Amino acid sequence: MPANPQIKLSEHLLDLEKNEQRPTRDGYGLGLLQAGDEDASIVALCADLTESTRTEAFAKKYPDRFIEMGVAEQNLASVASGLAAMGKIPFITSYAMFSPGRNWEQVRTTICYNEANVKIIGSHAGVSVGPDGATHQAIEDIAITRVIANLSVFAPCDVWEGKRATLAVGKINGPCYIRFSREKSPVITTQDSPFEIGKAHAYWTEPKRTKPQAAIIACGPLLHRALLAADQLEKGGVKVRVINNVSIKPMDEETIIKAARDAGAIVTVEEHQVSGGMGSAVAEVLAKNHPVPMEFIGVQNRFGESGEPNELLEHFGMGVEHIIAAVEKVLKRK
Amino acid sequence: MPHLHEDKIKFLEEMANTIRQDIIQMVVKAESGHVGGPMGMADIFTALYFHILKHDPKKPDWADRDRVVLSNGHICPVLYAAMARAGYFPVEELQTLRQFGSRLQGHPHRTALPGLETTSGPLGSGLSQAVGMAIGARMDGSTLLTTSAKKNINVYGFMSDGEQDCGQIWEAAMLAGKLKLDNLTCLIDRNNIQIDGLTENIMPLEPLREKYEAFNWHVLEINGHNFVEIVNAYEEAQAIFEKPVLIIAHTIPGKGVDFMEFQYQWHSKTFKPEEVTDALNQLRTLGGKIASEHQ
Repeated sequence: MPANPQIKLSEHLLDLEKNEQRPTRDGYGLGLLQAGDEDASIVALCADLTESTRTEAFAKKYPDRFIEMGVAEQNLASVASGLAAMGKIPFITSYAMFSPGRNWEQVRTTICYNEANVKIIGSHAGVSVGPDGATHQAIEDIAITRVIANLSVFAPCDVWEGKRATLAVGKINGPCYIRFSREKSPVITTQDSPFEIGKAHAYWTEPKRTKPQAAIIACGPLLHRALLAADQLEKGGVKVRVINNVSIKPMDEETIIKAARDAGAIVTVEEHQVSGGMGSAVAEVLAKNHPVPMEFIGVQNRFGESGEPNELLEHFGMGVEHIIAAVEKVLKRK
Repeated sequence: MPHLHEDKIKFLEEMANTIRQDIIQMVVKAESGHVGGPMGMADIFTALYFHILKHDPKKPDWADRDRVVLSNGHICPVLYAAMARAGYFPVEELQTLRQFGSRLQGHPHRTALPGLETTSGPLGSGLSQAVGMAIGARMDGSTLLTTSAKKNINVYGFMSDGEQDCGQIWEAAMLAGKLKLDNLTCLIDRNNIQIDGLTENIMPLEPLREKYEAFNWHVLEINGHNFVEIVNAYEEAQAIFEKPVLIIAHTIPGKGVDFMEFQYQWHSKTFKPEEVTDALNQLRTLGGKIASEHQ
C-alpha cells in the first residue's frame, strides 16, 4: 500500500466503514487539557462557546485559569494580549468566523504586531459546519491570518493532528492560529504520527523508484478525500504523491518544491476560498522556485449555504471525484 | 505613594511645563503628530511618572512594576517626553519622533522601546489589554475571581473620550466589572474633542459617569490640571476594593498655550514658525497660570 509507512497512519485509513470518525476540534480539547497539565502558565479564554469549541474540559479542571468572555471577540483577542504581557500563554477560542474573523484588527495589532504569545483557535472552519449556513462557515480564515506578519498558521487533518498541533503551539513563543472543524471526519493519523512546525509529510507516495505524475497538496480533513482520490487514481494507473501541508505558515518549502520537481504538476486541496488560502501559498512558493501547472480545489469565490456537510463539500466542488478530475486536468496541462 | 508636599507640587509644575515644551519641540521637528491631547495630558503624565508609579526607569522589565497602558496611542508625545524626563532614555532622543529608524514610532510600539507596555494606536483596544494585565497580575497574586488583599501590581490604563465610541471599550468595561478588577485604574482624558469636532456633537458620551457606574466601576471625577486632585484620585483608587476604578479627568486640550486651548483643530496640526515661538514663549513665561490651579 502506498500510504507512507513512516507516518504510522490509521489502520483503517481508507475503510470508511471501520474508520472511527471524530471532529478535529476534539483534538483541540485533548491537546489543551494536556498542555494545561504540563504548563501552569497556559490559560484559556472563550467567547461563549466553551462546549462546542471543546474548551470545556480545561475550564472544568482549571477554573482559575479559564476566563468566560461572553460574546465579545474583540475583547477576547486584546485581553489575551494583556495576559501574554504578564507571562501567560493564552489560548483563545471561538468560531473561526468570529475569531480571527470579527476581531482581525485586534489580532493583527494587539497580538501579532505586539508580539504577544497568544494562540488563536478557530473552530467550525469550512462549509462542513453544515446546517448553520454561510454566516458561520469560515472560508476566508487562512487568507486573513497568513497575511499577518509574526503569525503562524496550521490546519490539522484529524483529531490526533489537532491534538499534536495544539501541544506544539503551546511550546513555541509567538502568535499562532489553528483552524479546526466542527464535523466528524475520518481519523487519518495515529497518536504515533509525526508533527513538526514547518514540516509537510508525504502521506501517500508513488511506487518506489518511480516518479509521481502529479502531487496533491492538501490540508485539513479534506486530506482524507485526497487520499481516497490517490487510491482511485493509482488503481487507474496514475501515480500520485499526497502531501499533508498542515503547517501553512511557516511552510515546508523544500518538500513543496521537491514535489513540484518530481511530479511536474500540482493540485491543492483545502476547505477554503481558493484565493488567498493554502493553495495560493503553495503557488507563491512554486512561482518563485519551480513553476508547474496547478489546479486549486476549494470554494470558488462563493459563499456557503445550509446543508449536510458531505452534500455541501460535493456541491462546492471538494469531493473525491472533483479531486480526480483536477488531477486529470492538470496532467493534460503538463 | 509618598505624601504630596508643597515642594513636590512645585517640582511637578515645573516638570509638566518642561514636558509641554518637549511636546511642542518634538512635533515641530517631526513636522507631524498630535499635540492638543498630549498638552492636555501633560500634568497627569507628570504626576504619573514622577509621583504615582511604582517603577524603575533603569529596570524597565522589573517584574513587580506597575503597568501603564496607553490606549489612545496618538498622544504618545506626552508619554515619550515623560519617560525621557523620568530617565528611561536620553532626552535628546525625543527629537527623533516619527523618523525612520526611531524607537519613538508615530504610535507606540512595545518592542521598539523598553518601558512601553504595549503597542497602541487603533482606538478602543487598550482597555482590553489593561484588563488582561490586571487579570494576569491577579492570577499570580491569588486566585481569579477573588479580590486581591494587597495590590502588588497596579495596572494604569489611559483612554481618550473619543474612543469611548468604540464597542470594544464596553466589552472590556463589562469584563472588568464582572471580575471586580480592583487592581485596575483607568483614566479618561475628558477633553471633549475628537477629530471631527466636539464629542457631544459627534457621538454624545454623557452621562459618561453613570455609564461606567452601571458597568460596576467606581468612578471619580477630577480637574486634570490639578496635581492635588490627580494624586488624591490615585490614592483613593488604592483604597477601593471589589471594583475597577475610573477617573474622568477633565482636561483642556492644548493646555498652556492660549491659541491652542480648547481648539479641536489642534488635535493634529502642524505649527507655523511664529506659532512655535509664541507657544514656547507662553510656556516659558507661564509662571502662575497653570500653577494657580493647584491652590
